[in-house]
Amino acid sequence: MELFTNQVLAGIATGAIYACMALAVVMIYQAIDHLNFAQGEMAMFSTFISWQLMQWGVPYWGAFLLTLVFSFIGGIAIERLLFKPLAKAPILTNVAGFIALFAIINSCAGLIWDFTIKQYPTPFGSAPFLGSQLISTHQAGMIGVTVLLLIALYVFFRYTRMGLAMRAAASVPESARLVGINTSWMIALGWGMAAAIGSIAGMLIAPVVFLEPNMMGGVLIYGFAAAVLGGLTSPFGAVIGGFLVGIFENLAGTYIPGVGNELKLPIALALIITVLVVKPAGLFGRPIVKRV
Amino acid sequence: MSAVQEVVTAAPAIDAVPKRAMTLGTGTSLIVLALLIVTPLFVKNFIIFQMTMLLVYGLAVLALNILTGGSGQFSLGQSAFYAVGAYTSAILMEHAGMNYALTLPISGLVCFAFGFLFGLPALRLSGVYLALATFALATAMPQLLKLGYFETWTGGVQGLVVTKPDPPEAMQSVLAWVHLKMSQDMWLYYFTLIITIAIYIFSVNLLKSRSGRAFMAIRDNEIAASAMGIDVALYKTLAFGVSAAITGIAGGLGAIAVQFVAPDGYTITLAISLFLGMVVGGVGWLPGSIVGSAFIIFVPNIAEGISKGLSGAVFGVILFLVIFLVPHGARQVAMVAQHLLGRLKRR
Amino acid sequence: MLARRKHLIAAVATGAIAFASTGSALAQKKYDSGASDTEIKIGNIMPYSGPASAYGVIGKTEAAYFNKINAEGGINGRKINFITYDDGYSPPKAVEQARKLVESDEVLVVFNPLGTPSNTAIEKYMNSKKVPQLFVATGATKWNEPKEFPWTMGWQPSYQSEARIYAKYLLKEKPGAKIGVFYQNDDFGKDYLKGLKDGLGAKAASMIIAEEGYETSEPSIDSHIVKLKSSGADVFISITTPKFAAQAIKKLAEMNWTPLHIVSNVSASVGGVIKPAGFENAQGILSAAYAKDGADAQWNDDPGMKKFYDFLAKYDPDANKLDGSVVYGYGAAQTLVQVLKQCGDDLTHENVMKQAASLKSFTPDTLLPGVTINTSATDFAPIKQLQMMRFKGEKWELFGEIITDDFTN
Repeated sequence: MELFTNQVLAGIATGAIYACMALAVVMIYQAIDHLNFAQGEMAMFSTFISWQLMQWGVPYWGAFLLTLVFSFIGGIAIERLLFKPLAKAPILTNVAGFIALFAIINSCAGLIWDFTIKQYPTPFGSAPFLGSQLISTHQAGMIGVTVLLLIALYVFFRYTRMGLAMRAAASVPESARLVGINTSWMIALGWGMAAAIGSIAGMLIAPVVFLEPNMMGGVLIYGFAAAVLGGLTSPFGAVIGGFLVGIFENLAGTYIPGVGNELKLPIALALIITVLVVKPAGLFGRPIVKRV
Repeated sequence: MSAVQEVVTAAPAIDAVPKRAMTLGTGTSLIVLALLIVTPLFVKNFIIFQMTMLLVYGLAVLALNILTGGSGQFSLGQSAFYAVGAYTSAILMEHAGMNYALTLPISGLVCFAFGFLFGLPALRLSGVYLALATFALATAMPQLLKLGYFETWTGGVQGLVVTKPDPPEAMQSVLAWVHLKMSQDMWLYYFTLIITIAIYIFSVNLLKSRSGRAFMAIRDNEIAASAMGIDVALYKTLAFGVSAAITGIAGGLGAIAVQFVAPDGYTITLAISLFLGMVVGGVGWLPGSIVGSAFIIFVPNIAEGISKGLSGAVFGVILFLVIFLVPHGARQVAMVAQHLLGRLKRR
Repeated sequence: MLARRKHLIAAVATGAIAFASTGSALAQKKYDSGASDTEIKIGNIMPYSGPASAYGVIGKTEAAYFNKINAEGGINGRKINFITYDDGYSPPKAVEQARKLVESDEVLVVFNPLGTPSNTAIEKYMNSKKVPQLFVATGATKWNEPKEFPWTMGWQPSYQSEARIYAKYLLKEKPGAKIGVFYQNDDFGKDYLKGLKDGLGAKAASMIIAEEGYETSEPSIDSHIVKLKSSGADVFISITTPKFAAQAIKKLAEMNWTPLHIVSNVSASVGGVIKPAGFENAQGILSAAYAKDGADAQWNDDPGMKKFYDFLAKYDPDANKLDGSVVYGYGAAQTLVQVLKQCGDDLTHENVMKQAASLKSFTPDTLLPGVTINTSATDFAPIKQLQMMRFKGEKWELFGEIITDDFTN
């Protein structure tokens, strides 16, 4: 029993990582109706920027805020420069663009900061949380920040005009334009916000997994999985999805005999596919009705 | 959120390729064929090896073109079928001592079954969800191949070394009359070429046939297609099966050419490369498969030549340039060329 | 008549002598493809991109080292032309690059190609082409088979021999130990695990009470550590690459779990692993080494390491000397230079292999004092010695004697 609770707790701690990333994934999906493969690399690059700022003497929260601003602007810039010209191109071409962006960012980060791991500080400290040896204060802080982000996003989308405009631009672009919404800039805004959220995710994840150019590869897959499980249209679902993936993966690895350990990721992904077959829009997503 | 449902009236994700433009004209086809047949006689063995890999990856991209460009199903998981084909051939050759040529149809059949079975649960998924499911398959495959359970067959993490086949005795003796000797590489190239041509002709005919039209109807508007009486489930899984079979054969050929199979050779990177090959070649345009294949083999080498430390970045930049200039891939280039030729002819 | 005959004999004799001397003069300079009077072409395959791109810096260091040798006059007057290609840690790409090096660039030697899968992929080809696959950059145990693969040779101590050393140590110091093994699920991890089990012999089944394998795609390895702790193990053997070794050290500290912690040499770098994980978390960790650590202050006055630091300052100023891979590249390159020097003017593939198999007590600048390189026609394992060390304060303290692995394959 103790092992079970331990694994669940560890799963929640790891799940916070996935939930963070999943929020960024959902954000970009809300904006462009597609998954951006380079999301993880953008988050990693932002985290490196904040690390570099701290190396130059900027205190943690200063670097944090500067990085947020930089990521937001950077996300908008990438969209305006690289993806706006592709707006009329087929979706698959856009996906190729995401992959190209991934390669560029990863390669540049490797050249600038090399591949050795770097320690990344946490504002929450690393002591055991409430005496528990399984969740450190940092991981508790991570869960807290994720929940705060989630609430902020919910409020933004539900109660602000900008949020409504963004949702309209993404789901019914023609009607949105008719009411005067500049759909093109909504997409840019979505990119900026997704980049900013991604940078927060990166800065929270780096203390646990150590900062290096390849740190987000595995995280991104889990982030996608969590977002899809929870429903790509629901930030709340993304967060719950993240925790569920973390817990399930740990339990599968612990209790499925023999192969459980060697197939953790495939089993987690198989679970998600099964959920999708039963509930195609994810656990909390809105069902999608297709018209001819 | 407020709305209970999300209503989608989106345009189909994948453009239709007009039937007329689906293949190259006869003249162009003959020129390309001539080039493919004659070039190996004049180049070094290493170049012949690269040309063999060009054909192998071209087949894999072709298979993806049938699946995505033909039936509209996204797949980021072709590397899984490629791996299954490669391992099937390798295991049959090394553990069962089977002749390499015979292993290919078996790889094809095994992968067909595998693809068909994967297509069944994939029926309910589409778009980004299907992409994720296939992505999951591709990520799972290396781990499955490493499983201790299968180690005696697969060689586990160490992989399997495959013996390279010699040209058949009959051919060697015929060539000996004219004092020529065919190298293993050259024989393997021509063997691959024959199979590639056969599969290409088969694929073109498939897409022009009734089944092909069913695929394309499903791609353009699934609901309308089913309303017209097309058995959507059957055709979608059939598309997966056929695509997987061709990819499996490509994998088998690749295993023989490289002489080695290991889990590290069949990662998600391969699946992404094949996807890029399809986009650069022109989605749904079968002749573009070889252009896409050339892109994914040679452009990384070019990028490396330009900058070792930033080879990934250079590759990304080149890719961006290509998709900015020709968003529809090589097909767009071919259409422009055809247009220009047409204008010249009229003069 | 007699005079004419004498002249004839003299002429023939002179001709014969002349012929013989030109014959022997010709025999003094022998070249295979890749070698000439002015240059020696060395090929190399490294993962500059992809999942193992962290090791690409080895290739960079080697290139810088060969620049230094060229600046100092080259080897016997010939400049080294170092041609290195990226294989992205993918075996099919490695095969392509190897064929390019051998058939297109026509190198004399393929030196220090990295990665067990890549090297396994090209082994048969290199041996069939009779081009040396020298000093492969992997610790897999299979590179010491001179009878079957006479053209392939390893360099670093094999993973299995390192694991056997730990097994020996445990059998001696902690015979009742309950061992939990945390290993990377690939050729590196599995090779180590085998060595460990072989070293423990009959007691392996009873001593190893838990084994946890992980994949490099996993973002966080916490759940494995949780499982190992709950198994009740009091020895934690970490068969990990740097990032995961650091994560494990950190997690153990966070969980307040203090078993006897052994980490593989691959991840023993002070700058690359211990410092990011936190010095205070790493006290008492054991490992083994065959080379000096660039971040360890105890070697600051060592003449060999001084040469290494000078080299970095002049030829590779951007290099991160805390990175164990940089030290590695330097040592391997230095070994190759020694082999080429020994070849003299006979720069054929065969002689290169012969000289590589005739290294006697060669000591590169960066190996631990007492560790030497020895090879012979039946012994293709250049480095077979390791010394154990314990982490104390901010550095590794070597202890015990230099152990030579005497377990024959």
